[in-house]
This record gives sequence, structure tokens and C-alpha cells, in this order.
Amino acid sequence: MCLGVPGCILDLGEPPLHYGRVAFGEVVRPVSLALVPGARPGDYVIVHAGTALEVIDQDSAARTWELLARLDPPGEAAP
Amino acid sequence: MRFLEEYRDREAVARLAAALARRVTRPWSLMEVCGGQTHSILRFGLDRLLPPGLRLIHGPGCPVCVTPVAFIDKALAIAGRPGVVFCSFGDMLRVPGSGDDLLRVKSRGGDVRIVYSALDAVQLAARLPDREVVFFAVGFETTAPANALAAKEARRLGLANFSLLVSQVRVPPALELLLATGAARVDGFLAAGHVCAVMGTAEYQDLAARHRVPIVVTGFEPVDLLRGILDCVTQLEEGRAEVANAYERVVAPGGNPTARALIEEVFRPVDRAWRGLGPIPGSGLGLRPEYAGLDAEARFQVADLGGAESPDCRSGEVLLGVLSPPDCPAFGTRCTPEHPLGATMVSNEGACAAHHRYCRPGVRHG
Amino acid sequence: MAEFNLQCPVPLRAETVQMAHGGGGRIMRDLIESLLLPAFANPALEARHDAALLDLGGTELAFTTDSFVVTPLRFPGGDIGELAVYGTVNDLACCGARPRYLSCALILEEGLALAELEALVGSMRRAAGRCGVVIVTGDTKVVDRGRGDGLYINTAGIGLVPDRRRVGPERVRAGDAILVSGDLGRHGVAVLSVREGLAFESPVVSDCAPVHLLAEGLWDAGIDLHCLRDPTRGGLGAVLNEIALDSGLALEVREQDIPVAAGVAAACELLGLDPLYVACEGRLVAWMPEAQAGAALAALRALPGGEGAAVIGRVLPAGPVPVVLRTVLGTERVLDLPTGEQLPRIC
Repeated sequence: MCLGVPGCILDLGEPPLHYGRVAFGEVVRPVSLALVPGARPGDYVIVHAGTALEVIDQDSAARTWELLARLDPPGEAAP
Repeated sequence: MRFLEEYRDREAVARLAAALARRVTRPWSLMEVCGGQTHSILRFGLDRLLPPGLRLIHGPGCPVCVTPVAFIDKALAIAGRPGVVFCSFGDMLRVPGSGDDLLRVKSRGGDVRIVYSALDAVQLAARLPDREVVFFAVGFETTAPANALAAKEARRLGLANFSLLVSQVRVPPALELLLATGAARVDGFLAAGHVCAVMGTAEYQDLAARHRVPIVVTGFEPVDLLRGILDCVTQLEEGRAEVANAYERVVAPGGNPTARALIEEVFRPVDRAWRGLGPIPGSGLGLRPEYAGLDAEARFQVADLGGAESPDCRSGEVLLGVLSPPDCPAFGTRCTPEHPLGATMVSNEGACAAHHRYCRPGVRHG
Repeated sequence: MAEFNLQCPVPLRAETVQMAHGGGGRIMRDLIESLLLPAFANPALEARHDAALLDLGGTELAFTTDSFVVTPLRFPGGDIGELAVYGTVNDLACCGARPRYLSCALILEEGLALAELEALVGSMRRAAGRCGVVIVTGDTKVVDRGRGDGLYINTAGIGLVPDRRRVGPERVRAGDAILVSGDLGRHGVAVLSVREGLAFESPVVSDCAPVHLLAEGLWDAGIDLHCLRDPTRGGLGAVLNEIALDSGLALEVREQDIPVAAGVAAACELLGLDPLYVACEGRLVAWMPEAQAGAALAALRALPGGEGAAVIGRVLPAGPVPVVLRTVLGTERVLDLPTGEQLPRIC
């Protein structure tokens, strides 16, 4: 059961369930931030079944694109 | 949507597919163990981008598929009781038990409701003090923390009318079984990204080392999936067998400590039967004694309720990757999406249902 | 080729009516084909158009009916009253007819606030005025409290079909272009968002609207329309499959050309729904010769409600797969007839 959707935290909530507002594109929904205590407004989180599972680490996100950039041998055009 | 659309970029996907084609020198079989990954592969037609000889097997990663018939029957029994509001994710509503399913119970008057989170079910219980609200807690480790939160919240609110029907499963013991049977030729695994976001990657180190298979933690979008596949194939071509993380933006090696602590507090490992695979020791999560008061099985006395698998259904072998659906004698004849024998033909992500759509006469097999 | 199907599969042989029987997908079609068509058997019905085409002493009439059972009665962008008028007007338009008269049968639940009824009737009056149709007859019934969702409405409609207008799946040809008049999935998401208590802060607004003027605009532009459909339950996916099955041909559509508003796409991602199967209530899908696609697009985009029109695909000769979707990645997969109710998924 893994349909996680990325969203941007707009504001934090109160204990114990910490329901904050999270924006998914144009759609804003209340999401429990109880599992990501260090998250701050502006952070992106992966949300599954109404709960944020983890904060998306933007530095690590760069790795995929770095790897992609290294893929084509020099001089070979991308298909 | 940021962190979504860029991972569906056509050019990036094409470059990864080309790199894959250059990397592969021999046939390999990779297994993905996550329904969400199966779903994404089908939705985007990613299997069509793989080089010939690189095979993707759908493993037992669909919690809908692996929930035992007995548990569906328990759910049906509870949902049919007067005064009960039975809450479930949409995925579970159409799975057949011994002869019935939740949708039909609903059509006969059972109060069956789709919820989007376990916490919604708790809030429903708080609003309906005269009804017994039951939540069908199905899933891998991804859903366990939210279900733990729900249990704690129900306890905090002092709700006497809320309970959980727990059928949580854990991935690593199932992989161990898969590798131990050795029947399926699986060269490498794509580990479920969101399961690992919660649990981390430590549990897979031992598996990779003992069985000498690469295990790559992989995400769900096309770029993530192809990157995971590329990492896995690269390891295989280079003769390595390590746990690698191709989903670093979400998965840390230690997982999510807050989530893991919550799971620890509310659940403990239990033996769990998997539909089609049979009992796998330690492969499930059950409520700890301190939370046993929330156990729906005990509250509704359905603990001994059992159901039988169809004797003709070989979904177990399909889930293990040993039997390819088209090779099952019942496939497309006695067993179709309209008249399924087992869950793998019912679930959207079930391997049998997926193959049934692949194999149309005249259509090239992807 | 990969099949991707988010829909709930046909339930096991059911002895009772399931929600899926009204879902606009395969199981509903099976019910119609196996029970209703044989029971009433006649050529007009068997033509399987959105409206029946009848010759009454030399005058060609289109005649259709539709029932509206939406809850909640009000949703962002409309209400059941407007739906009841536009839905029937649209079915007539899709047969080439100019809508003229409607009937209106109300089934009221005991306890419905009269002020609410008055407001919804006012909505119907204004909607009828906008469409140039007259509600000429009706009926009113009341059922006990608890036996109806406040209000159910049935409307039947009659329209006149001008000479030389023949639209239907039998006219669709290999090579035809397929157009949609605007972005998809608004109505379903708008209703679901209220019904399921999903509080979107920027609400998705239903596309509830009449499309007969869009159809007239295409006729006026001289387009040789082969077929028209309004995608309601089951969305674009259901309509494409119906036309493929009824015409005996195959259809190919391109995901990147199918317009879906960002808010609808985001809501569908969240709920695990596929916008291609989500209901619209103010859109037209049109089939015409490929050479006229450009003119048709221009005609639609110049009309209110047609600004978002797009060419989304084409008709192919008969093939093993009724409807093929070319994904945003350039791969191909099958776009199947939805089997039943689309269930929001988590997995």
C-alpha cells in the first residue's frame, strides 16, 4: 500500500495529531504531520492515507538528476 | 505538482531506458514487491521500455492480494452485523472472501464506508457513539504508523466503540520465503520505497548478503522506477549484491524513527498467513497486549472464523513468481476478472489481472 | 501492451443490484444488454444512441430521458436542478437534435425543506431558459423520510432533428479525428469533494453546462459530424469504449493532448482516481473527418464553454484493442471500459 503523493506544508498543526495544511498542486488538504516532527512550512512531504510519512530531502533529490546527467557518453545524443 | 511531474519527464525516461539497453548483456529477472510500483509500471507502460531479456516479475507486494480469505470472511462477518460501521480503504471492497465481498454486504444493507485514512475512522467513531466503528487495518509497513496513531488516538479519546481488524504484513519475511524456496529465478529485487521510508534498509542487508541478490530501494514515478532498475541491473552485470538506495530523497537508511517508535509501541511481530503463500513466521504485525482492547477479532469473536482458498487457485505460485499467469490452466478460462478464483485476478495490481489485459490475441506481449 | 485499469472489477455474479450497475461501465452495459434491450426490443433502442430517433409522420424527433440522483443536491458549480435540465438537453444535442421540450418528474423525500425545493426549481427554470427549452409537463411524488436523498429528478426531452443530420457510431470511419470541447473530470471531483467531505481549499468547480450550442456551432461551421457524445458517468474512457464497440473500429488517444485542469489532476492523484474515467457534465466528444479537425477546433474555441477544446486522437481500422492510450512517455497501453464504480484507491 504505497500510493504516496508529494505535497508542500503550508502550516503546522496542534498535538497530538498535528493536522497541518498541505498543498498538492492546487489542492490543499489537512494532513497529519505527527510522524515528521521536524518538518516546517515550506518543506515537501510524502503523504500516504492522510499522514505525512517523511520529509522529502531536496539535496538528496539532486542525486537522481546528477546520475541522469552522467548517463550519456560524451558526444552521444539522447534518443 | 512538484516532486511528481519532473519524475514523469519523457526525455529523462528515454535516456534512462537507453542507458538500460546499453547496460544489459544477458537476460535478468527482477522482482518488484510493491503494488504501487506494479500500478505505476502498468499505468505508464514502462515494461514496454525495457530491453528484451529484462523481465519484471510482480511479486507479492499487493496487500489486497495477500490478505487471506479468512480475514476477508472476518471482515464480512463484522460488516454484516447491525450497528457496525465498517471502514476500509477502497481497494479492499471488491476482494472476494469464501463467497462474498464487502461491496455485496453493502448492497444488502451493511454500513460499509470508504475512508482515506485510519484517523478518519477514529473521528467517525467519536461522532457516532452509538455505533461500533471498525477499521480494516490492511497493508505493509507503510500503513502501520498511521494505524498506530489511530490506535493511540482512540485510546486518548477513551473511545469504547472503535476497533481495528488488523491484517498488517511485513515485507522482509516474505522476501526470505521467496529466496528460500528458490523456485523462481529472481536475480534482483526492487524494494518498496515507502515501506523503506518507514522502516529503513537495515532489514535487507542480511537478505542481500546471505542470498547474494542486489536489492535496490526504488520509488514509484517512471524516472524512479527506471533508475532503480538500472541500479539493479548494473549491480548484476558487475557481479555485486548489495542493498542500494535509488530513492534517497525519501528513504534514509534508518527510516523514520518517529514512525518506527510508534509501530513498536502499538504493534509486535506475529505469525501471519498470506493468501496463496500460507503462513510465514513473524511476517505480520499484531496489536500489543496493551492495545488488545482495540482488537476487532476479539471484540466480535471472529478469531476462529476461517475460509478456504479455492482449490483451483494457484495465486500462491504467481505471487512467488514461480508461475506466470498465462501458464495457469484456469487463466482466462475458469478464472477471469469477471469470475476470479483468487485475489491476484481481482486486484488492480494483481499479476493475473495485469496479464489478462496484456494477453489479448494479436497484441504483442509487452 | 499494458492494460491499466483502476476500476473495481465486475463483482462476483450478483443477485442484487450493485452500485456498479449505475456506474456507466461494463457492468451497467451488461445489464442493459442482457436485461433491458431484450425486454423492450425495437430498432430505435437497439441503435444505442443517447436519444431515440423517431419518425413521426415525416418529422424526425429525438426523444430521451435521464434521471438525476446526485448527492449532495448542491455542489461547487451547480445543483441537481441544472444537471437535470442540461443532462437531457445534452443527450438530445448528441443526436443532432435541437432541444425543444422537457418533462420534469420530481420524487421528493418527506422532510425536504420547501425553501430548498423552491431554490432548485428556480435553478431548473433558469437553466431551461438558457437552453431555450420549455418544461411542458411533469409529475410530483413524495416518498417517506429516509427513502430518497432529498430529491430525485427525472427529465425526458424532445428535440427536432434537422434534415441531413445523421450522427451515431455507425457513421464513424477509420481516419476520423476525435475532439473534446474542454478539460475533463471536473464534475466528478466536485461532487466527490463535497460528498466525501474532502475540503479542498480551492474547490474544483463542476463543468455542469449545456453543450447544444457547441454542437450547433460545429454544424454551423459546416463540419460533417459523424458522432457526438457527452461523457458523463464513466467519463471519457467509457464514451471512447462505447463508440469503439458500437462502431466496430479502434480508437487511439494521446494522454498529453487530453486536457485535465491542474486542480482536477491533483485531486485525482490524491484520491487515486483516473481523470479519464471521472464524470463530466458539460463536455462534448466529437468525431469528424480528419480534414475538418482544424475548422472544428476553431469553431469550438470561439464559443463559450469551448475555449479548452482539443484534438485528442483518431479512429483506426478495427483492431484487437478497442481503445489505445499513448501515454505521456510515448508508450502504449489499453484504455479499457471501466467495469464498475471507480473506487478511490490507496494502494
